[in-house]
Amino acid sequence: MAINWFKYSAPATFYELAGKLVPWFAWPSALLFAIGVYIGFFVAPTDAVQGEAYRIIFIHVPSSILSMFLYLIMAGYAALGLIFNTRLSSMMASALAPTGALFAFISLWTGALWGKPMWGAWWVWDARLTSELILLFLYLGFIALHASIDDPRRADRASALLAIVGSVNVPIIYFSVKWWNTLHQGSTVKFTGTSMHVAMQQAMFSVLAACWLYAIAVTLARVRSIILERERNTQWVAELPEARS
Amino acid sequence: MNWSEFFAMKGYGFYVWGSYGMALLIFIIEIALVRHKRTITLQELRMLRDAEKEE
Repeated sequence: MAINWFKYSAPATFYELAGKLVPWFAWPSALLFAIGVYIGFFVAPTDAVQGEAYRIIFIHVPSSILSMFLYLIMAGYAALGLIFNTRLSSMMASALAPTGALFAFISLWTGALWGKPMWGAWWVWDARLTSELILLFLYLGFIALHASIDDPRRADRASALLAIVGSVNVPIIYFSVKWWNTLHQGSTVKFTGTSMHVAMQQAMFSVLAACWLYAIAVTLARVRSIILERERNTQWVAELPEARS
Repeated sequence: MNWSEFFAMKGYGFYVWGSYGMALLIFIIEIALVRHKRTITLQELRMLRDAEKEE
């Protein structure tokens, strides 16, 4: 393959590429959301123990998985930016943070609305819930720290350190239901397979795929504005047709 | 099953629709914010250029 991958590590070429890719992720995402929600509500049977309330799982589990994976991807990009001093990696980390924070919030919100009818409480200071709350604070801390430093390159380095150190929290969230005796139920999806009904699996994996595509689309769309903002003094931005009045 | 039964979710309607409703709301808001940021960024670029022309 004669593709020069490093070509796309330059903000100017990546800006073009990201713009072309966004619709290819956005529309399949919308379609998969529709399919997943349809299966989740009209095909998947009622749960024997939790009744209709269990249907929250189809949005709760995918957003929780995304909140953890997006953090690791964000920390990975931040680390690349820190080690190799690549501008685009740091911009990608900044673009991922708000989406990751929103998925962490959806995870906590849907969890509260599921916990109330099942456990009788919106919130408990359980290991799983508490570590997920810390994840949300780490995202917010990353965003706030980056915004508080005027020089963007220094902001990249400081927030990269926070992101890298904070990534220790992700395995804590994942294994919390095993390591501690928690109120939160065990993992629904395991590496060794799942015990769910086939239609429930189809609904959950459709929404999971939809969330992935959504996160990619919205991150690519956001990073384009970040690239323009931070490269505004360069020749290629000055020559962009969309920036001409 | 009729629609009012469907939306009632056997008494769990508030919890189920509260979950999906919030998720949908957040996605819509995030998409709107990203689009707004793009508009603002392009506007700023134009203003920056116009200011340079005047100098």
